[in-house]
Amino acid sequence: MTAKTTTGFDVQQVRKDFPVLSREVRPGVPLIYLDSAATSQKPEVVLQAMSAYYRENNANIHRGIHQLAEEATHAYETAREKIVRFIHAPSTEQLIFTRNTTEAINLVAFSWGRNNLSAGDHILLTEMEHHSNLVPWQLLAAEMDLVLDFIPVTPEGVLDLDEYQKLLKNNPKLLALTHMSNVLGTINPLKEIIRDAKSIGAVTLVDGAQSVPHFPVNVVDLEADFYAFSAHKMCGPTGIGALYGQKDLLEKMPPFLGGGEMIKRVELRSFKANDLPHKFEAGTPAIAEAVGFGAAVDYLLELGMDKIEEHERLLTNYAMEKLAEIPDLTVLGPPAEKKGGVISFYLNDIHAHDVAQIMDGSGIAIRAGHHCAQPLHIKFNIPATGRASMYLYNTLDEVDRFVDGIQKVKDIFK
Amino acid sequence: MEDFYREIIIDRYKTPHFRGELEPNDITYEDDNPACGDHIRIDVRIDENQVVTEAAFSGEGCAISLASADLLLESIIGKSLEVVKELAKEDILDMLGIELGPVRLKCALLPLKVLKAGVYGIEGDDSKE
Repeated sequence: MTAKTTTGFDVQQVRKDFPVLSREVRPGVPLIYLDSAATSQKPEVVLQAMSAYYRENNANIHRGIHQLAEEATHAYETAREKIVRFIHAPSTEQLIFTRNTTEAINLVAFSWGRNNLSAGDHILLTEMEHHSNLVPWQLLAAEMDLVLDFIPVTPEGVLDLDEYQKLLKNNPKLLALTHMSNVLGTINPLKEIIRDAKSIGAVTLVDGAQSVPHFPVNVVDLEADFYAFSAHKMCGPTGIGALYGQKDLLEKMPPFLGGGEMIKRVELRSFKANDLPHKFEAGTPAIAEAVGFGAAVDYLLELGMDKIEEHERLLTNYAMEKLAEIPDLTVLGPPAEKKGGVISFYLNDIHAHDVAQIMDGSGIAIRAGHHCAQPLHIKFNIPATGRASMYLYNTLDEVDRFVDGIQKVKDIFK
Repeated sequence: MEDFYREIIIDRYKTPHFRGELEPNDITYEDDNPACGDHIRIDVRIDENQVVTEAAFSGEGCAISLASADLLLESIIGKSLEVVKELAKEDILDMLGIELGPVRLKCALLPLKVLKAGVYGIEGDDSKE
């Protein structure tokens, strides 16, 4: 069974855009890629954009006068404009290219945190954070003697909003949380959460690594002060991500890394920082990757983020229904209507590594482990889970194959 | 892939012969595989000639790591600590009878790593006496 799964969204046509999806994992075993929460596959248009940049335009940006330097600068800055429009940010000054989400969060911790926090201040996080939105704050807390508070996760796998209201009484200076959990799939009600944090004067940072690739995000509507995400989870290349920030905050923040490009003027013992966003982009950036990032955004917009969201909702609902029929299998996190296409699960008495290994034998790529969210696994008292995560190119047929794969695991361990 | 999960691995995973804890013991050590959260503890008793008389493992892990622990402990009963110290990656792979990629190799070798750390640890204590 193939054909269209969603109105106006031809998944078989989409699959043809991704070269890797036509490969066999081993002879006669086609690839079923269910690990897009770790990194997505890349469409031909992204690969071609990057290759064309290197073949035709390659030069260092912003400094050269020659034709290639002009073209390279234009390509890099055009990519920035595309990404700004994609998240509905007000200006290109507010979109800083980073290496990834992790570096974007570290930038805020280093530059904003060190200059706006003092000993005894509270930072409010949640129990469902990826290590990338946890460890930077642990480092800062150790250095500056800050207090970390955590919004608890309920047994159902959503944030405990009553506890959140209580924790706001500690007057946190910063609330940093994920838009969508990379383990539970939970999509947090960000708008209300941010509104309440801002009402007590807290600055807000959102880890958008799992959200921006999968549904429309409007940073102005959310009123987030900082919003971080990565290209490689949204059909773009590795090595580039972005940080959106409120202009007044970014302007007051000192540079993150020092070097070329982030300066206006340098003397032997002093420098004057460059304007936004260049102040935060020291050194030669990932230019080809920025071009690829821009091409990825074009690709997603052409398909339509609302269509992609609808397609993934269909896959998620179907997968959750199918998995509910399997005895001894537990899915972590809330019911389908509160989550995106990330399904972490465990089978009684069978370790997640063994599940993933047997799945791989059928060409099915899932992840096993704690998915960089060890505290959450400790909380649920599970050493490891298997995780199937879906994207625009997955099909209902692949969900069926995944469910068959679980049955095969159970047969082997019978 | 069924080849990978040979009968001996599934058997030892489901009904291990050496699962448990030994109290008191002469050697005990535990460690984690940070990549997956697996945790293994190994306890060993030795006689006056430094020969292993009893051994047991406990903890959490996948079929590969726990079967590896069980087969490893079986292989060291009656062996001297000097022999145990010579055990290497190839010995574990021979016991399991499978080839492993780099990720799963860490699972298979965790018990050996724990055992050797424990054995070298007790040697360290001896030298202090």
